[in-house]
Amino acid sequence: MSLKGTAAITGVGELKPSRDPGGRTTMELIAQAAVEAVRDAGLERQDIDGLVVAAPMSWSPMVMPSVVAEFLGLQPGYAGLVDLGGASAAGTVWRAAAAIKAGACRHVLCLSGEAQDPKTFYQQQRGRTPPGLSVREFEAPYGPVVANTGYGLIAQRHMYDYGTTKQQMAKVAVDERTNACANPNASFYGKPITIDDVLGSPIVVDPLHLLEIVMPCCGAAAMVVSRAEDATSTPHPPIHLLGFGEQVTHSIISCAPSLTQSPIAVTAQKAYQMAGVTPGDIDLASIYDCYTIMVIITLEDAGFCEKGQGGPFVQEHDLTYKGDFPVNTHGGQLSFGQPGLAGGASHIVEAVRQLSGQAGERQLRNCDLAFVNGNGGIISEEVSLILGNSL
Amino acid sequence: MSIETGYSKPLPHLTATNRPFWEGARQHILRVQCCGDCGEHIFFPRPFCPNCYSSNLQWVDMSGRGKVYSFTIVHRPTVRGFSQDAPYIYAVVELDEGPRMVTNIVGCPIDEVRVEMPVIADFEDITPEIALVKFRRSVPAIHG
Ligand SMILES: [Zn+2]
Repeated sequence: MSLKGTAAITGVGELKPSRDPGGRTTMELIAQAAVEAVRDAGLERQDIDGLVVAAPMSWSPMVMPSVVAEFLGLQPGYAGLVDLGGASAAGTVWRAAAAIKAGACRHVLCLSGEAQDPKTFYQQQRGRTPPGLSVREFEAPYGPVVANTGYGLIAQRHMYDYGTTKQQMAKVAVDERTNACANPNASFYGKPITIDDVLGSPIVVDPLHLLEIVMPCCGAAAMVVSRAEDATSTPHPPIHLLGFGEQVTHSIISCAPSLTQSPIAVTAQKAYQMAGVTPGDIDLASIYDCYTIMVIITLEDAGFCEKGQGGPFVQEHDLTYKGDFPVNTHGGQLSFGQPGLAGGASHIVEAVRQLSGQAGERQLRNCDLAFVNGNGGIISEEVSLILGNSL
Repeated sequence: MSIETGYSKPLPHLTATNRPFWEGARQHILRVQCCGDCGEHIFFPRPFCPNCYSSNLQWVDMSGRGKVYSFTIVHRPTVRGFSQDAPYIYAVVELDEGPRMVTNIVGCPIDEVRVEMPVIADFEDITPEIALVKFRRSVPAIHG
């Protein structure tokens, strides 16, 4: 089933990430972003008849859609939960479009967010993993450090297979920081860095340095996905969903088919095919960057360069909003911050802003087509989207 | 925390399905399931073959030999009990028979570990019931 032309993003809401939620709960942050998005779309509460929530990490996902719907005064005809880690936010968008195509609803709120205490983040993982699951019995005894160890393993193998260097990985963090310095909402706005700063920051999991790893914080994001027929008179130009691809390949890293070839090779291809475009047509790559190495792998697997050439590619191209190949013009999560699963949404929100001419100081001159990627787990869950400002 | 040993890191929980693996480890034998129908070696343990869904599985002894598929050196652990070990080597080892597993490389200075380095299973006795499967550098067999 093609979803091309079915639906468009008509409104977005995004809170500025913060280290401290200031007494507000995850529900309250998510609701605030939701209200902003509904207003941004020029809609009212009564217009919203669909809801998809990305499962927060600090909250048991038990019957979450009804809890969120009740809080927002909604009685949706479609209510869903997406639990794909960092790929969840991207996953909400195409599911919203699919529900619209099925006739279940016309305007769907896609929500994500997290209020977490930064001091206890690493202890605050959702629920308790039940005994018998592979991650608990065959990884935990050996000392993994949340996702850090997984991406340390990925980076190390990528360096071995393709000769990728620490300088090349650091370049990603530097260019993204330049972008963040043109985004007042970014956590690291006004704090430019150099390659030496990155390589001089503490090594957390060799070969990855502190400045190559996202900072967990609090925040929320919301998007209104509307039926194409109902997106003709909204305040902002509708941003069309032109294509998508999704694939889940594993959960624990020892079961990953590869540490250097991600399922993005499949999801990006599906998305391009549905949209009828090629990587060469893309004006903005808005791609999940939990770690610097993830940007390099995504650029390769999404077809922007040959496999293994991601390192030289980021070295040779200017990835900033002023550059020849703009990537994550909002600063990426590395410099915007990672407000839980709203970190994944930040790539979608930025694409909408660029495609609709609302990106302010960092606005790209020609931006009609964006490639967005969401990545969950340890390159386990991937969702690629193609968004455009015309059909 | 185990009162007898003072060991405070997470330990595996034995289940009906994974018990033969940990009983093997306790005897310093690395054993994984093998599918009697499609021949697939299976790791982690399951009640059926994830390749062909057969339940005709046997536990078979591995050579214990493999290679480092990748590694990372953990300088900043977050889980209780690992701080005193840092920096330590967290690795994925690919067994000669095929399966990959997460483990630690022990007895190897952190600046000497390499991708594709040959390793051999090395068991660390933790409790009377549990020995963890770790790996150490192995000298490749000399052919002559
Ligand atoms: Zn089988």
